[in-house]
Amino acid sequence: MNVLKLVYKNLLRHKLRSLLTILGIAVAVLAFGLLRTVVTAWSYGVEASSADRLITRHAVSFIFPLPYSYKSQIEAVPGVTTVSYANWFQGIYKDQSFENFFPRIAVDPETIFKVYSEYSVPDDQLAAFKKQRNACIVGRKLAEQHGFKIGDIINVRGDIYPGDWEFVVAGIYVGNDKSADETQMFFQWDYLNERSRQVAAWATDHVGWYIIRIANMNDAPAVSEAIDAIYLNSAAKTKTETEKAFQQSFVSLSGAIITSLELVSYVIIGIILMVLANTIIMSARERIREYAVLKTLGFTSFHVVGLIAGESLFISMLGGTAGILLAFPVCEGFGAQFPTMFPVFKMAGSTIAMAAAFSILVGVIAAVFPAYRSAKMQIVDGLRQIG
Amino acid sequence: MSTLVEVKSVTKVYKRDTLEIPVLQNISLDVPEGEFLALMGPSGSGKTTLLNLISGIDQPTSGSILVAGTDIAKLNESALAKWRSRNIGFVFQFYNLLPVLTAYENVELPLLLTNLSKKEKKERVEAVLSVVGLADRMDHSPRQLSGGQQQRVAIARAVVTDPTLLIGDEPTGDLDRKSAEEILTLLGRLNSEFKKTIIMVTHDPHAAGSAHKIQHLDKGELTSQ
Repeated sequence: MNVLKLVYKNLLRHKLRSLLTILGIAVAVLAFGLLRTVVTAWSYGVEASSADRLITRHAVSFIFPLPYSYKSQIEAVPGVTTVSYANWFQGIYKDQSFENFFPRIAVDPETIFKVYSEYSVPDDQLAAFKKQRNACIVGRKLAEQHGFKIGDIINVRGDIYPGDWEFVVAGIYVGNDKSADETQMFFQWDYLNERSRQVAAWATDHVGWYIIRIANMNDAPAVSEAIDAIYLNSAAKTKTETEKAFQQSFVSLSGAIITSLELVSYVIIGIILMVLANTIIMSARERIREYAVLKTLGFTSFHVVGLIAGESLFISMLGGTAGILLAFPVCEGFGAQFPTMFPVFKMAGSTIAMAAAFSILVGVIAAVFPAYRSAKMQIVDGLRQIG
Repeated sequence: MSTLVEVKSVTKVYKRDTLEIPVLQNISLDVPEGEFLALMGPSGSGKTTLLNLISGIDQPTSGSILVAGTDIAKLNESALAKWRSRNIGFVFQFYNLLPVLTAYENVELPLLLTNLSKKEKKERVEAVLSVVGLADRMDHSPRQLSGGQQQRVAIARAVVTDPTLLIGDEPTGDLDRKSAEEILTLLGRLNSEFKKTIIMVTHDPHAAGSAHKIQHLDKGELTSQ
């Protein structure tokens, strides 16, 4: 036998209480992991942003389009290698339910996959996409979710751009890394532009935003400044920023929700602490006499602190490990339920590390008070305790 | 016989808030090596306090206590813990076994503080459990043992480190007559066969009769011998 075995045996003294505490911690850590994953998934676009991509949009607001004619002028700016452009189409697929929502974006088929090199499309599919005016390319996850296959027709009812729109699936793109969004649908900007002449004249020959690839990411501030300087006195002034800053501006719109989620995730840590502290304080109080006996036998206060902290840590780490392990399938299932809202929903390494660190920290903090009290206890007082 | 325990002018005063309660007043006592001493006295006479001071689980307000030449009143907490683990075997009235451990593991507890090998620990635990007649009950938990058997496990735990001094605080106080007799016989055997010095506190004159010497305490003072 050793002291660790004594810790283990103490843990089994009240099996149900220990089990419920471990389960409570596991559920709390699971909730923490899920909430943190929601927070990180919310801002995944920021993390997935490329450092050598800039976004140029209307200086007033993203909802105002920019003239298509800016393209050639932006291409001429030193440091710019590729210019692509896109329009948010929106529309309604089947109905307005959440599961039938996915991003539908009009793009330039010649350049879109050059600026977004993290997406891969087979050459024949890309060629088919470029060839057919109403062709579209969908992401792998989106295709799996709705069962889209090459040759399928996707009917979308327009809202920003009125009318019934028909898109033919010409290809399926896949992400080159796990952080790539595979839930979007891209179709030809020319198709949108042509039909806009009849249904949305205000949008004709305008793009929603430009996506600019630059040769050197260190030149991003200078290139951004140079682009915006061109249109300083024009009717449609531009705002050029890194893709990361652009994505961040979207995330900041949901800042209050994200802050709330973060706050709740930390509140959960507090709850774990209370649950565990309560268990450890109860256990230590019940064993005051035993700790006094151990001290009589020659065990020191250090040993007693070790027994209490060991039990606390054992429970918290066991609960924490169970919670982290449970969080993987739960996050997987949660992400599968909301693929377009959270294109990438995986528990980040930092979340796992935080959950593990908090489990250990909670185990230590929960033991502080009972360990201190037991260490300071006079043997004669402890022996008088009726256990 | 040389003196093993020397209690010199010991006073113990407990403080409860602003109240001072004198428990022992200028007590002096010598216990020779190999002695079996019974301390008797009414409740509140200070006999358990004296026992606690001799065993180093409490400190005197004044005076000194020497056990085998060591002034234990001068030792700090960790040194005192180490000293207790090597020199004192304690038998409580209510056994105070750890309920989650088996008889074997309870006896093994004090040996966790030693550098003995696993094999040596096993040999010692089995030997003392044989001495107390519980070799066949070593895997039983305290709940599965009678009061007398639990006290025998507690005695085995007290002697497994081969301590200099065995302290008993009402060791028969919670036992029936037959079990008490068995415990007293066992203590007598430890004293006579294994040469253990024993100081035992008891209310029971019959139990005290097993000792070589009886010392009476009343109102914190040694009154008769």
